[in-house]
Amino acid sequence: MRLFLLAAAVFALPVTALAQEADAPLELPPVVMSTEHPGEVAVEPYDRSNAHAGATPFEGTAMLEAFHGVEGIGRVVDAMIDLSIEDPRIAGTFVSHDMVRLRRVLKEQFAYILGAPVDYSGRDMATSHRDIGLQAADMGALVENLQIAMDREGVDFRAQNRFLAKLAPMKDDVVTR
Amino acid sequence: MRHCQSIGVVASLIVATLAGPASAQMFDWVPESRAGGKLLLTGGVSTIEGSGGGGLATWAVTSGYGAEDGIGGNVHATYVNLPDYELRSWGAAASFWDRVEVSVARQEFDTGATGALLGLGSGFTFTQDIVGVKVKVLGDAVYDQDSWLPQVAVGVQHKSNDQGAIIAAVGGRDDEGTEVYVAATKLFLAQSLLVSGAVRWTDANQTGLLGFGGDRNDDVEPQFEGSVGYLLNRNLVVGAEYRTKPDNLGFAGEDDWFDVYAAYALNRHLSVTAAWVDLGSIATFEDQRGLYLSLQVGF
Ligand code: HEM
Repeated sequence: MRLFLLAAAVFALPVTALAQEADAPLELPPVVMSTEHPGEVAVEPYDRSNAHAGATPFEGTAMLEAFHGVEGIGRVVDAMIDLSIEDPRIAGTFVSHDMVRLRRVLKEQFAYILGAPVDYSGRDMATSHRDIGLQAADMGALVENLQIAMDREGVDFRAQNRFLAKLAPMKDDVVTR
Repeated sequence: MRHCQSIGVVASLIVATLAGPASAQMFDWVPESRAGGKLLLTGGVSTIEGSGGGGLATWAVTSGYGAEDGIGGNVHATYVNLPDYELRSWGAAASFWDRVEVSVARQEFDTGATGALLGLGSGFTFTQDIVGVKVKVLGDAVYDQDSWLPQVAVGVQHKSNDQGAIIAAVGGRDDEGTEVYVAATKLFLAQSLLVSGAVRWTDANQTGLLGFGGDRNDDVEPQFEGSVGYLLNRNLVVGAEYRTKPDNLGFAGEDDWFDVYAAYALNRHLSVTAAWVDLGSIATFEDQRGLYLSLQVGF
């Protein structure tokens, strides 16, 4: 519900800005676009560190190859997000969040963990999910979509599981309800 | 078998109703009752005693697909075809918040033509009812991939057999028994391998199908049951199980149980388990090896 309000608020921004003068003041931060990443909404500054990816990367290139390199990882992340924003179980969670940014940093995170020479520039898992209020079942739904995405990419099942074993412990940070 | 089928059909109907689109409303009276939060097969399949596990061995997982914020449940029908006997089991399990599992099961140990040879009469059947509760005490078998800690659960099963007189006649001490167990289960996801072990304090003869305690031994003793499973894909796990048992009755020796199994989950609502089981010697009839087939319907 909060998300819907937020979405409505973002849409109504120019109107409310005008209305504010007449009515009670409505505190809404203006939407500022990122200068570093065109198409993304700017976020509060934060420290950057690969440690924010939440897992140590695989050594060697076997995992990266299993995912068909950085391109394959990109397809997996896109498919996972495409599935998730259409998935009635969790679609609502993504409404009014910056999907351009999410796709980019998730691709970085996966690539980093899978051993690609890529740095993760996003926030840590606890900070990114603190205010979303996710339940364990949401995690299950997302993992399932990731599994479908990895299947579509033709990632070997054992490699899928090795990767999921890296993500699984993040549940503690991601699930807050 | 006809019994099983009709129960299976009724059960499918009940579960179809529960798991259908109405579930959100139906579960309003149970707080935090989203259905289906767990991943495929991570609730195990129904054991012959009704609880979630591998078939013969009980696991620490809660049956069904409810996560910490949900509930899960299922019904099962199992048929074991042995050279000289037939074992049927059906029952139901419900789990709350991936924490507490309650289960009921009825087992029928049908002596068939062997009944006449044993002097019991052809088709003589031992029926055992089992009520169980299992509580997860720590860990998460699936998500705790950064530690060696397994998921641990404790459980209790109360079993009552309807053939007290025959059990007494062959040296059994009781037609009822209560077993306590501790189970530890871990999915080694990076290896696609599931490992589970449980210790059960029991004096049951052939898991209670021939009563509890006996002329040779009447003490409750710890017995082991364990499973390994290898995930072949999201829907299919293959593995093996072993279960040690007491040997309390003087008239007939009792062997440990062993099986190799394949469990296939079509989706969260339907899974099938097929196994080849070796139940050893039962009531003087040796080499009871045969096919185990189990159907589970749930959410
Ligand atoms: C292991 C599991 C997960 C991983 C590795 C993961 C990873 C990420 C990453 C890298 C970000 C971006 C951080 C940033 O913007 O700096 C993010 C944000 C987000 N995640 Fe997840 N996530 C996981 C689970 C989930 C689940 C289960 C959901 C919901 C079903 C979810 C929903 C979101 C949403 C809506 C955002 C956007 C937050 C925002 O706009 O600030 N995530 N996640």
